[in-house]
Amino acid sequence: MSDGPASSRFASRLRNVVYTVAPPLVVLAVAVGAMYVVSYLVLGEQKQFLLPPPHEVVKEGFLDSTNLKEQLTALGDTTKVALFGLGIAFLLGTLFAILMSQAKWVERSFYPYAVIIQTTPILAIVPLVGLWFGFDFAARVIVVTLIALFPIITNTLHGLLTVDASYHDIFTLHRAGRVRRLFKLELPHAVPDMFIGLRVSGGLAVIGAIVGEFFFRQGSPGIGRLLDVYRAELRTDLLLSALFWSCLLGLAVFWCVGYVGRRATRAWQEERRA
Amino acid sequence: MALPAAKRAPDPGGPMSTVGTEPRQPVLGFHEACKTFPDGTEAVRDVSFGVGKGEFVSVVGPSGCGKSTLLRLAAQLTPLTGGSIERSLDNIGYVFQDPTLLPWRTVRRNIELLGELTGLAKQERQSLAQDAIRLVGLDGFENHYPAALSGGMKMRVSLARGLTLRPKLFLLDEPFGALDEITRSGLNDELTRLFAAEQFAAVFITHSITEAVFLSSRVLVMSARPGRIIGQFDVPVPFPRRPEFRFEREFSQIAEQVSNALREGYG
Repeated sequence: MSDGPASSRFASRLRNVVYTVAPPLVVLAVAVGAMYVVSYLVLGEQKQFLLPPPHEVVKEGFLDSTNLKEQLTALGDTTKVALFGLGIAFLLGTLFAILMSQAKWVERSFYPYAVIIQTTPILAIVPLVGLWFGFDFAARVIVVTLIALFPIITNTLHGLLTVDASYHDIFTLHRAGRVRRLFKLELPHAVPDMFIGLRVSGGLAVIGAIVGEFFFRQGSPGIGRLLDVYRAELRTDLLLSALFWSCLLGLAVFWCVGYVGRRATRAWQEERRA
Repeated sequence: MALPAAKRAPDPGGPMSTVGTEPRQPVLGFHEACKTFPDGTEAVRDVSFGVGKGEFVSVVGPSGCGKSTLLRLAAQLTPLTGGSIERSLDNIGYVFQDPTLLPWRTVRRNIELLGELTGLAKQERQSLAQDAIRLVGLDGFENHYPAALSGGMKMRVSLARGLTLRPKLFLLDEPFGALDEITRSGLNDELTRLFAAEQFAAVFITHSITEAVFLSSRVLVMSARPGRIIGQFDVPVPFPRRPEFRFEREFSQIAEQVSNALREGYG
């Protein structure tokens, strides 16, 4: 349809937008409606605090400047912890993946422990991390690093090890050493996989940061600690708005990593034009 | 059928034997070369032939007959299990069945790769790459990524990359096998022109008789696995070959002989 008149092109784009945006909007509207039904008809005035009607959540959580400021400050703090931990996990994970790709014995020695870190419930590690590293920023970052490490290691390692044999032949023919092979072949080849790992880890990092905040109560409070405070105060309306911000943070990290990844590899993955 | 024998002991740099019908100095010599893979597959048995300086030798044979293995042996990408191979020089070009371009590098940077791997200074490898780009007619495509190129263009880049270091021995492993007929004969015209201009020695693997006769000064015919050389045909026509050569009487006569030899190899 690319050669059609401008108006029909606009119409087809509009139709595309409607097709993508309309269905989730309908679901949202149904959910909001259900909230009203449960809040007014099922719970009634006595127990309405369990699920306040949506406009109450908006009024208390988003329009009240004190609450809003409290939540956004906490969100900023959580973001800092999540990104710090994710960054460290990225550096460490890439380093481990490189070492594992260079020597089979490193992979054999360390891979089982990477799996164990991943399969151990993060909540079980948290108390120990607190005892060893305090209950402050550092401990929260360590929890995030632990939870975000594994996807980065496995995806990067996969990218490093799946270079086609004929590419290696070219490097062998010209007597390229290990370092040249790593930097000119294996690492660039692994870039798309690294971003896949980072995207998964980004979501996990936000979870790790919030979980850490439930336990580590020193220093500035993050959104996780606010959630715990609201729970104790039975402020369901604020719980819901804080939950909204947590979701948004997870989405934002996921989307940003995806965007950077697409930008970085766009040129060499684009479809044939000629 | 006289096959030029090569000296057993490798003697790099020293004078090499020039035996058999080939009066020119051999650049590459196979002597009763054998290759059996660890899984027991016998790919190549007792293969002997020489490639002289400035000679274009094609190897045709049924698929799976060990033609590619022959090239991998010559390039020392895989070890021999019997016999010997001598090579009088180190500077070889290699073109694979796939273009094997690095997708994250532009055409220019792909062609510069070999200069980087051999540790040439930046300026030198850039000017070599520029020469290769011009030689193969890629001007205007330097900054394209491989993903934006057609199959024929990718192969052209692969040829240019193989030529950057000005190899004296060029090994081509069925480079045009995956291309359509029109693109393939276009690139054959290009290759015969490059051969005449650059004067390298070449070993060209193919399963197309037309391609082999058109490009080569000599065509070797291989049997089904284990691959042995069962026929050898000279194509005494000057280079560069004109596209019309494909429709001349001499061409079809040689092609018929090669075809007959191939058929015998199946029997």
